[in-house]
Amino acid sequence: MSSIKREMRKKKLQEFFNNFKQNKMGITGAAILSFFILASVFGPMIFPFDPMEFGVAGPMEPPSSSHILGTDDLGRDIFRNLLAGGRVSLMVGVLATVISMFLGTTIGIVSGYFGKKTDIILMRFTDFFLVIPWLPLVLVLAAILGTSIWNIIFVIGITSWAGTARVVRSQTLSIKERPFVERIRAIGADDKTIMIRHILPNVFPLVFANTILISAVAIISETTLSFLGLGDTTRPSWGMMLNYAFESGAASTGAYWYFLPPGICVVLVVLSFTFLGYAFDEILNPKLRRR
Amino acid sequence: MKKNENIVDVKGLKVQFDIKQSFLQEIFTKKRKIVKAVDGVDLKINKGEIVSLVGESGSGKTTLGKAILDLVPVTEGEILFKGKKIDFSNKKEVKKFRHKAQMIFQDPYQSLDPKSLVIDAVAEPLEINNLVKTAEERKEKVIKALEDSGLAPGENFLYRFPYELSGGQRQRAAIAGSLILNPDFIVADEPVSMLDVSVRTGILKLLLGLKESRDLAFLFITHDLSLAWLISDKIAIMYLGKIVEIGESDEIIKKSLHPYTQALLSIMPIPEVHKNRNRKVLEGEIPNPSEIPKGCRFNTRCVHAFDKCKEVEPKLIEIKDGHFVACHLFEEEYNGI
Amino acid sequence: MELLKINNLKTYFEISAGTVKAVDGVSFSLNYGESLGLVGESGCGKTTTALSINRLLPQEGKILGGEILLEGRDISKLKESEIKKLRWNEISMIFQGAMNALNPVMKIGDQIAEAIVLHKKVSYKEAIKRSKELFELVELEPERITNYPHEFSGGMKQRAMIAMALACDPKLIIGDEPTTALDVMVQAQILNLLDKLRKELNMGIIIITHDLSILGETCDKIAVMYAGKIAEFGTVEDIYNNNMHPYTNKLLSSFPNIHKEKIIPEPIEGVPPDLINPPSGCRFHPRCPYAQDICAKEEPMMTKVSEGHEYACHFGGVFNEKE
Repeated sequence: MSSIKREMRKKKLQEFFNNFKQNKMGITGAAILSFFILASVFGPMIFPFDPMEFGVAGPMEPPSSSHILGTDDLGRDIFRNLLAGGRVSLMVGVLATVISMFLGTTIGIVSGYFGKKTDIILMRFTDFFLVIPWLPLVLVLAAILGTSIWNIIFVIGITSWAGTARVVRSQTLSIKERPFVERIRAIGADDKTIMIRHILPNVFPLVFANTILISAVAIISETTLSFLGLGDTTRPSWGMMLNYAFESGAASTGAYWYFLPPGICVVLVVLSFTFLGYAFDEILNPKLRRR
Repeated sequence: MKKNENIVDVKGLKVQFDIKQSFLQEIFTKKRKIVKAVDGVDLKINKGEIVSLVGESGSGKTTLGKAILDLVPVTEGEILFKGKKIDFSNKKEVKKFRHKAQMIFQDPYQSLDPKSLVIDAVAEPLEINNLVKTAEERKEKVIKALEDSGLAPGENFLYRFPYELSGGQRQRAAIAGSLILNPDFIVADEPVSMLDVSVRTGILKLLLGLKESRDLAFLFITHDLSLAWLISDKIAIMYLGKIVEIGESDEIIKKSLHPYTQALLSIMPIPEVHKNRNRKVLEGEIPNPSEIPKGCRFNTRCVHAFDKCKEVEPKLIEIKDGHFVACHLFEEEYNGI
Repeated sequence: MELLKINNLKTYFEISAGTVKAVDGVSFSLNYGESLGLVGESGCGKTTTALSINRLLPQEGKILGGEILLEGRDISKLKESEIKKLRWNEISMIFQGAMNALNPVMKIGDQIAEAIVLHKKVSYKEAIKRSKELFELVELEPERITNYPHEFSGGMKQRAMIAMALACDPKLIIGDEPTTALDVMVQAQILNLLDKLRKELNMGIIIITHDLSILGETCDKIAVMYAGKIAEFGTVEDIYNNNMHPYTNKLLSSFPNIHKEKIIPEPIEGVPPDLINPPSGCRFHPRCPYAQDICAKEEPMMTKVSEGHEYACHFGGVFNEKE
């Protein structure tokens, strides 16, 4: 049907991009993030290698023309490790966020929409995840489940949805009182239809902005876990690199090329996600948008 | 098709809500606080008839309208639709009833999903009831409903978002969504009160036209007596959850009996110079429906109230053909005034 | 005596889409103890006119021309610090839905007293005493100044807001849809109250409303606005019984009148114009059933019917001839 419909969508998208273009924070975030995504997707293709292979060069070599970021204590190329680590870190960020977004949105909408007992039970459950000290829980879970990358994603996803659920619930509470929901109920729509077709699209901008911030948290979490030695030893993430650097005493020996690059990368990626989060919030939330 | 065929028959309808109390109050007080929003209402609406429900806010008029459509739970009483009692616990039956009984809401700025295109919003009832198979059919039906609601040509409105329409256009789109299932009965809750005066009459004309052409029955809820007079066949005046007077609309406006109706009439804004009009501005405001006065519920504000009014609740009695009033002044045993 | 005189006021809004000519050459005057109804559909500039008077315009809004004379002194060019002194002391405003503007966790009397202390050099004790007087003035029980907002009904809250507006004995009160959110009965009470107050206190009152039918009881004069301009200005009698502008006529007939025939009036076709690119000539011509060629070309001047009754139309009273 609908070339017109498609055109409408196109128009909306265009409007969004026009707004986005004017948002300096958003542009900066998008630029940094796309750089890292491109680098970690194509980097390992351009420099095919096994990042875990040691002895490509001598240990702890400072940056040189053959190894632009030097080597680590086992003689691995840091630049190549960085590229491969970016893949892992970004993947953890994205997948953990998807889990967290799904859990948070579902629980938030169901809780807010049905209210009463459902709300009380689900919200106490949410409070539980909101107040338990995050790090010890993650440590315990990671220790029990083992340190594969999938477990780390799972653990981060399952511990970070509570905030989203709270925000979504409060938004749902206000949306479900809006007259249009009542009108749709008067038409004869059931609860599922109302939640999926009407409440979800209306909370989505909020979820989206909130979720991007969670990606940043997820990447930091992965770094923290790995740094504490609970990372996946078979995959070189930025966190693992920092962990190795710390263990080999790079900081005290002045091997800045070992710990600085992964550190800077984590900071930049997290910053880019945060920038994007704020930018989307500003664009999608008309109350914040300046005329 | 008989003209006087009954569409909706409400019998002894009551709607009560529990007031939410604070946690401590809930523990220490045994008594539940109850709001009697609708407190025993009988109302009949026939085919091709517009009945207006007039009252101030807090009179329970909107709650009554919603209760008839099962949008708020009914505490007591029954609703007959085309002579058949509706069992609100039966989901299938309710769905069938919803199919034939629709609602138009007050605020057209809020009653359409801001994220839905007009075509999707209007077609939604069809999808919920599985009434369309192809996209073509869907589009055709939506265009027809839009044009029946005065948005012509319908094609021009299909792919717009609510915020791209004016207030009047939005209300028409919402009406199209109600019409698409060919209902027999529509509850219209203050459908024009949020619109500019110049747009209002267009919507009223549309509703009247629908009544004529489709023999639709309407319950028209409004706070504006003059609008009620203009559009309806019958007017029911509500005060604190009860109907205090009901009759043909001209009868109510020209020969009102209940002191409350008379007060409402006397302050009704009319675009005329009336510096010396005999206005009966009532003191105070409508009491809280959780504390309904004993006896006649209007006695606290009534200028004619006498002892009996504070003790006995008056019944709705027929004074003249089809003109009912609930006031002790008009009971046979009373010989005053 | 003249309290307020507005001459050719122009207030424009600069927004990204262009310049919105919200108020474009509005003139009227108001005497002490008089009340004026400013009527029009949404977006006609009636609220902007009011906000221009006490300069509460949003950032984008600028007064670009004309003068606003309060007791003969032009206040349209005053500095922000000077206009601040006028607000509340000389001109106060009652907003639409103002009753929701009360702080829910503060006693109403304290809120009024706070406002008084802020504007007058008096002690808190005196301010409380004044609050009690004000409560009496607006027909509330003075003992209730210790109540919290939730203990008041909507009508009582609106009375409290009026009391607050009266706190510093203003000469002019502007009510922006002061009764719109209220019930008919309460609306009648509030309008009665405002009427009583202006006579007792010899204040000028401007009531801004979209509801032409409520003004019959309370106003002396009515200004009908359309698309940023005054379409017709006159006494209540002039506007109700002897109107000359087709818009006034149409607007008036949109209200049902139970003393007249029971017919649904014809709606005014079309929508109010976009004020960034207003129509040429008479701004009402695209919607006017009596429009001729000249209406699109030439802007009509204000034509005087009698003292104080003016209208802007090339064919004033044309609707009377047809009937």
